[in-house]
This record gives sequence, C-alpha cells and structure tokens, in this order.
Amino acid sequence: MSTVTWITARGLFGRRRFLLLLPLPLVLLGLAVLCRSLGVDPGEWGPPVLVGLGLAVVLPVVALIIGTGVLGAEIDDGTVVHILTKPLPRWQIVLPKLAVAAGVTAVTVAVPLYVAGVLADSVRLGLALAVAAALGALAYSALFLALSLVTRRPVLLGLVYVLIWEGLLGNFVSGTKVLSIQQYVIALADRIAPTGLLETSVSVPVASVMTALVSVGFTVLAIDRLRSFSVAGETS
Amino acid sequence: MSTLSLTGVSRWYGNVVAVNDISMVLGPGVTGLLGPNGAGKTTLLHMMAGFLAPSRGTVTLDDEPTWRNPDVYRRLGLVSEREAVQGFLTAYEFVLASAKLHRLPDPAAAARRAIDLVELESAQDRRIGTYSKGMRQRARVAAALVHDPQVLLLDEPFNGMDPRQRLHMMQLLHTLGDAGRTILFSSHILEEVEQVSGTVQVMVAGRLAASGDFRTIRRLMTNRPHVFAVRSTDDRALAVALIAEPSVSGVELDPTGLTVRAGDYGAFTRALPRIALNKGIRVRQLVPSDESLESVFSYLVEA
Repeated sequence: MSTVTWITARGLFGRRRFLLLLPLPLVLLGLAVLCRSLGVDPGEWGPPVLVGLGLAVVLPVVALIIGTGVLGAEIDDGTVVHILTKPLPRWQIVLPKLAVAAGVTAVTVAVPLYVAGVLADSVRLGLALAVAAALGALAYSALFLALSLVTRRPVLLGLVYVLIWEGLLGNFVSGTKVLSIQQYVIALADRIAPTGLLETSVSVPVASVMTALVSVGFTVLAIDRLRSFSVAGETS
Repeated sequence: MSTLSLTGVSRWYGNVVAVNDISMVLGPGVTGLLGPNGAGKTTLLHMMAGFLAPSRGTVTLDDEPTWRNPDVYRRLGLVSEREAVQGFLTAYEFVLASAKLHRLPDPAAAARRAIDLVELESAQDRRIGTYSKGMRQRARVAAALVHDPQVLLLDEPFNGMDPRQRLHMMQLLHTLGDAGRTILFSSHILEEVEQVSGTVQVMVAGRLAASGDFRTIRRLMTNRPHVFAVRSTDDRALAVALIAEPSVSGVELDPTGLTVRAGDYGAFTRALPRIALNKGIRVRQLVPSDESLESVFSYLVEA
C-alpha cells in the first residue's frame, strides 16, 4: 500500500465525518428487508428503494462525502501541504486518493445494493447493481475529487449536481439525463440483469463511454489542478 | 549549497498587491524575514516554496523554477504557519510517512534522526493530537527536515513556543545555518530575528524595505525620532523649557497638549522630570505615541 493511500485511508476513517456514511446504506438495507418480510410485491417496492433511494441518493451522497473528503478535508485543514511538499508527480497523489475514494464508496454502497437486489429479484440483479454501483462510484469519485480542487465549496456544488441536476432536472428535462451518472449506472445494471424493475433512459454504449469519459476526464483535470495548486496565506 | 533567487517578484490578488517587486538572493546561513502582520511575508514564502505563482518575476532554486516543479522538494523543506498536522498520527508515523514520500533509502533511520534533531524522542509514540503547540511545531519541523534539505523555509516558526522551546529552535536553526544550509524564517517580532540571524530582509506593505546586516538596521530603527504626547499644568512654559533641551528636536503646541519629538529616547525621558521639577510644572500625561512595529517599519521605508 502506498504511503499516500495509507494516509488517506487513516484520514478518512479517523474523522468523525466517516460515521455519516453509515445511516444511508442501513436505511436502504432496512427498507429492503422490511418490504421483503412484509411480503410486498417487488414490482411495488423495487423501483423506489433500489433506484429512488439506492442509486439516486445513497450512491451519490456516499460518494460525495468520501470523494470531497479524501483531498478536500486535507485542503480545508491545511495538511495537504505535507503531501504537496514532496517530490512526487501529482498523479501519484491523485490516483491513490481516487482509488481509496472509489473503493470505499463501492464497498459501502455495493453491499447493501447487492442484498436489496437479491431480495427484490435475484442474485443476478444483486450482482448487476453491485457492479454498476462500483462503476458509478468511480465516476462520482473522480467528479467530486476534481470538484474539491476546482472550488472551495465542493460539497455544495456536488449536492447541486446530485439533487438539482440529476434529481430534479432529470425528471423534467430529459436531455439532462445524458449527463447524469445515475442514468449510466441504471443503464449498466439493466444491461447486466434485464428486469422490469429498472427503467433506462440512456443507451448502454452511451452509458459505458460516458462513464469512462467522466472518470478519466475528471481525474486528468484533478491532476492538472493539483499541479498548479496555490496555498493562500492566512491573512490574504 | 543551494541558492534561492527572486527576481522582480510581484504577486497581486485582484487589485490588491500583496508582494511588490521584490528581488533577493538567499545563500547559505540563516536569514530572517521581518515585517508586520499583513506585510506579505507568507505570500512571499509561499512563492519561494512553489505554492503560489508569482504574478510577475521569477523564483528559482538553483536556476530551476519552484512553481509547478515538485522536484525542488528534494532540496527544499517548508514549515508553514498553519498549524496543520494529521492529529491521528503519532509523531514517528508522521515523520516516517514524510520520509517514505521522499522515497528515502532508509526511511526509519531518517525519521529517527529528524526526531532526535528536534528532541521529540520521548513523545514520538503519542498521537500528535495530544501535543502542545510547541511540540506540534517541532514535529512539523522534523517532517520538513527528514530529507536533510539544502533549503529550509519556516513561516513564523516561534509562534506558540515557550522560551525553552524557542531557544532550542533558535539553536537548531543556527546549527543548520552553520552547516551550510540556506535557512529563511519569517517573524513579526524584532527580538526573535535579532537573536537568530545576522542577515535580515525587512518587508513592509509588500515591499522590501531594508535588507542586510541586522545591527545596521537596528541602529536605523533606534535612532529614529520618537514622538510623545505630553500634557501638563502649563504646556506653554514646558514647551519653552523643552526646546532648549538637546535631545528634543521639535515641540508642537495645540489645545490638547504638547507633541514632542525627541531624537534620543533615553535622554528625553530622563530630562523631562528634571525640567518639570525645576519649572514647578506638573506633568499630567506622558504617552509615547507611534511605537507600534508598523510605524517603526514605515519609518524604515521612508529612511
């Protein structure tokens, strides 16, 4: 494990902010178990719980908390200076941090989604949701990591993207769905395990290409921004 | 031996000029960067350390630019003013992580050596979060020294240190400077700079106000005229008596009292009670005005 990975992971798990990650996946899991045990028809609870809660809220919000935390928290408290004053090419800082963010997000979200998918339909749907969520975790993490270098308010901007762009505009302006990671995840999951529970609005090729583009593009942006990272003085 | 050169360096934020056309060459030894708060010291240090692009001019370390060039950190160490440390690490882990990030051949030995240097061995296995301010500062210095850099920049390194720690840090800087390292530290406290370094760069309002040997600059500072506000039972009579005094270079009479300019601080303050007593005047108020560091510095700019 690289030193950057180690410091990032310790920083992530060492902060209280990490506890914020737990409630959302637990709610998802709890609702799925509850619906299943009460014998509710999966056609009724599947879409709102799997998509409405799991893919539209739990995945992006967990990715937001972690993705803006791996580098953004260090920028906020100034500890980023320790890593930046080392003779490391900047990609060697961004990539390990992205790996930690995407990895932790994927595990935190994929496990409850897998269980919920199994309860709703089949092991195949569970796996499909887990895999698609992991890919989505990578794209979201790249986006939020880059945001923490581009703006001083990454959490706010990230929330605007998740809630307004993906959540609200997606319902009224169908064109926005082409630029929605949530829609890519749904399309990919539906491709792996076609069921009636997931309603797709972008094609699989578009979803695959865009997921890759978002992941790579924002990672490159983050590396470039870190190269020119300016530290302002306390007084300025 | 490394040389840090600044040529015509300016930095502005919007239409606020933080650093204005500064040129200097820093070679081996300890140099103090002195200036009041807000003079632009941190901005200048950040440009030296490659954390800020100069708006104009160049900053180079041995002819390589420091901006967008992480390789300079092989030869350069920075202790920033912000007291930022990963509190969840122990000092040893923290310094060891720095050594590993530098890809040193024997990180554990380098970490131990750096911790010895700042005398933190006894506390090295405690979490930094439990440290006092001075100890945290020493942990950060150890991390900055772990790769034995040729150039070390420290932003207000004595802040929050008790006298013993201060003395120790001063000795450490001396030792490093004597060993041929280029050390620059900033401070807004005159006495600190006086004790550590022979060479100073004085910054005021973004400009380099004075640079060179500390003693010369100190003499300039102590020989400047001092201004006092005086009120007494008979201001006019006192003014007449005071102007005959060699240490007094000017007296101004206004309804609220006297403004006295004295060339020699000591001689004037000794003379005043004697004169008042002789003339039977009661002095009600004697206030040295304009003694702030800022005014000392701005005097230097005008000198």
